[in-house]
Amino acid sequence: MAANERNGSEGNISVESFAHHQVIRQPNPLKRAVKRIAENADDPVARAEKALAGLSNEFEDWMRKECDRLAAAHRLIVETGLNATTQDELFRAAHDIKGDGATFGYPMAAAAADSLCRIMEHAPDFAKVPQDLIEHHVNAIQAIVREHKKLGVASVAGELSKKLRGVADEYLTAVNQDRPEHLELILSPSLVPGE
Amino acid sequence: MFGIDFNKLRFLICDDNAHMRRILRTLLHSFGAREAYESEDGATALEMYIHYVPDIMILDWSLPIFDGLELAQMIRQPEGNGNPYTPIIMLTGHSDKRRVMMARDAGVTEFLAKPISAKALYQRIVNVVVSPRPFIKTKSYFGPDRRRNTINAYIGPERRGGDGNAEVIQQQALIAKAKTSA
Repeated sequence: MAANERNGSEGNISVESFAHHQVIRQPNPLKRAVKRIAENADDPVARAEKALAGLSNEFEDWMRKECDRLAAAHRLIVETGLNATTQDELFRAAHDIKGDGATFGYPMAAAAADSLCRIMEHAPDFAKVPQDLIEHHVNAIQAIVREHKKLGVASVAGELSKKLRGVADEYLTAVNQDRPEHLELILSPSLVPGE
Repeated sequence: MFGIDFNKLRFLICDDNAHMRRILRTLLHSFGAREAYESEDGATALEMYIHYVPDIMILDWSLPIFDGLELAQMIRQPEGNGNPYTPIIMLTGHSDKRRVMMARDAGVTEFLAKPISAKALYQRIVNVVVSPRPFIKTKSYFGPDRRRNTINAYIGPERRGGDGNAEVIQQQALIAKAKTSA
């Protein structure tokens, strides 16, 4: 059923047809959730940040579990070999740390995990990636998390993750010389809309 | 002054990471939401999307069975079983140009890169509730207007080409595929 036929059955959707596309508009179905509030109303973002802070005593334990998962995934590759399943699990574990690390208060672990993810995403053949490079990333992430509370560790962790990223990018640039689309991605900044 | 009554919104969260689901649930409940359903894989999310008819979906990209991108493509089927206009917020650790473009072209409404913040999530929800974009249907795309700027002088690749009235290319039902391979 074409969109304009749907319009006929539902009555509320308007469809503008052009030569190559249709523009479909409907009354905002979520309008019911828009409400008038007082100027001095409670700030929902502040309330959510407070709730998140309330969870923060669990973050250390969560981060340790994420690290254990990463180490186990790497160990499985070392012990049983690389295949699609073991590679996928290592990537998922690293990717979760990349995504969660900063929220949990471990931004440098997240940065190192990001570097590992980039290697796995952009290396033409992951089996040919020097295993030292992978191992250094896994060990660094574990060390950053383990030593997190020690005084002055933040700057060391920052240097470590920066160094790893430099080595990873150097490797990726070298192995992607004949893959310009990957080179562009490796060298381009994030396009995510700003907050 | 206007705000959002989260109590009137039903959310569906899909993330395979239990910690991230807990964080999302905490944030949504703090905003005032009462109904926030959760799934940890794409197939379950699709079933829950049809069953619960959520107002807003928050999807991770990397998911077991089928991923957030495939899920978004399945939802954006005009003749599908659920509401194809459901706003989709993709919350993901992927943030490179290619992924953002892929998400946009799959019909994702808003893109939110991890690490998550309360402010960024709230803003994306406000966007989809207060300022929904019209939907565009072409031969190969059905989803929110990818041209966020309303100026007429669009400069960029022409994606709306086709012959006459738009036809949507039906996708293989991946859920059926997933069930047979399970």
